[in-house]
Amino acid sequence: MERNEDMDELDKKIIRCIQTGIPVSHEPFRSISENLQVTEQELVRRIKALLEAGIIRRVGAVLNHRHVGYLANAMVVWSVPEEAIESVGGFMAGQKEISHCYEREGYPSWPYNLYTMIHARTADECETTIRRLAESTGIRDYEILYSTAELKKASYTYFD
Amino acid sequence: MDKTDTELMNLIQKSFPVHQRPYAVLAEKMQLTEREVMERIQRLKDAGYIKKIGATFDSNKLGFRSTLCALAVPEDRLDEVAQIVNSYKGVTHNYIRDHRYNMWFTLTAPSGEMLEETVREIREKTGAPEILSLPAKKVFKIDVNFRL
Repeated sequence: MERNEDMDELDKKIIRCIQTGIPVSHEPFRSISENLQVTEQELVRRIKALLEAGIIRRVGAVLNHRHVGYLANAMVVWSVPEEAIESVGGFMAGQKEISHCYEREGYPSWPYNLYTMIHARTADECETTIRRLAESTGIRDYEILYSTAELKKASYTYFD
Repeated sequence: MDKTDTELMNLIQKSFPVHQRPYAVLAEKMQLTEREVMERIQRLKDAGYIKKIGATFDSNKLGFRSTLCALAVPEDRLDEVAQIVNSYKGVTHNYIRDHRYNMWFTLTAPSGEMLEETVREIREKTGAPEILSLPAKKVFKIDVNFRL
């Protein structure tokens, strides 16, 4: 299963069901399979296939990270020379403090092309990490944008 | 949160078993009973440490398109603009950041055209003189994992 067209209606219904959450019960996939009128085995098989295809990135727990002590969350944007973007991007991706790393196009008024989300327990820890990353990569042209308020944090609901 | 809770949360963040009896599978890994695993997870949910256990998706593979947007919003218009931006179902994350560009939000839509149209609409509705739309050219990493 490679592309969107290879997913059928049942796959879409499955996606709709499992995106909201998996309950705490002995056989949590049973109630979902009953709703969809398939066997539990079929449901498990299809979820595994969607995982294999990379359509489902992960089935796992989502934490409220501030609750568990990660209070410093910064987006750091870097201006990386074109020829270095692959190696710097790859380096950033290997850092445990970095959850997201993307290359994006820059604008004249906003020349940054590498975006990293960095999480730490304290601002100090975060700054130390950022300094280390700057030193290791040699990228001096960067800006730190701390989040000071969370206005919305939701998951996209597919096929609803 | 005790040491076992911490271990459990680290384990289930990485992956939750896709299995008929997933809590039994976890119990075996953790050398606990299935009941204890279920009780602990329920407690961690009730206490607000675990938001949910669910699936996250590659929206591109599902045919959707997304972007990261930024606005420079005057202080006195923040609430008003936040309300407008947040009203879009396609806006999933919206943060105030400490910068001239102070409102940053992610936007997802069922197609590239709808994405662009929504960006234009948000710009019009908010009356913003400028909106940055910064779609990903390449994804080097997406791996949310808060080690405890």
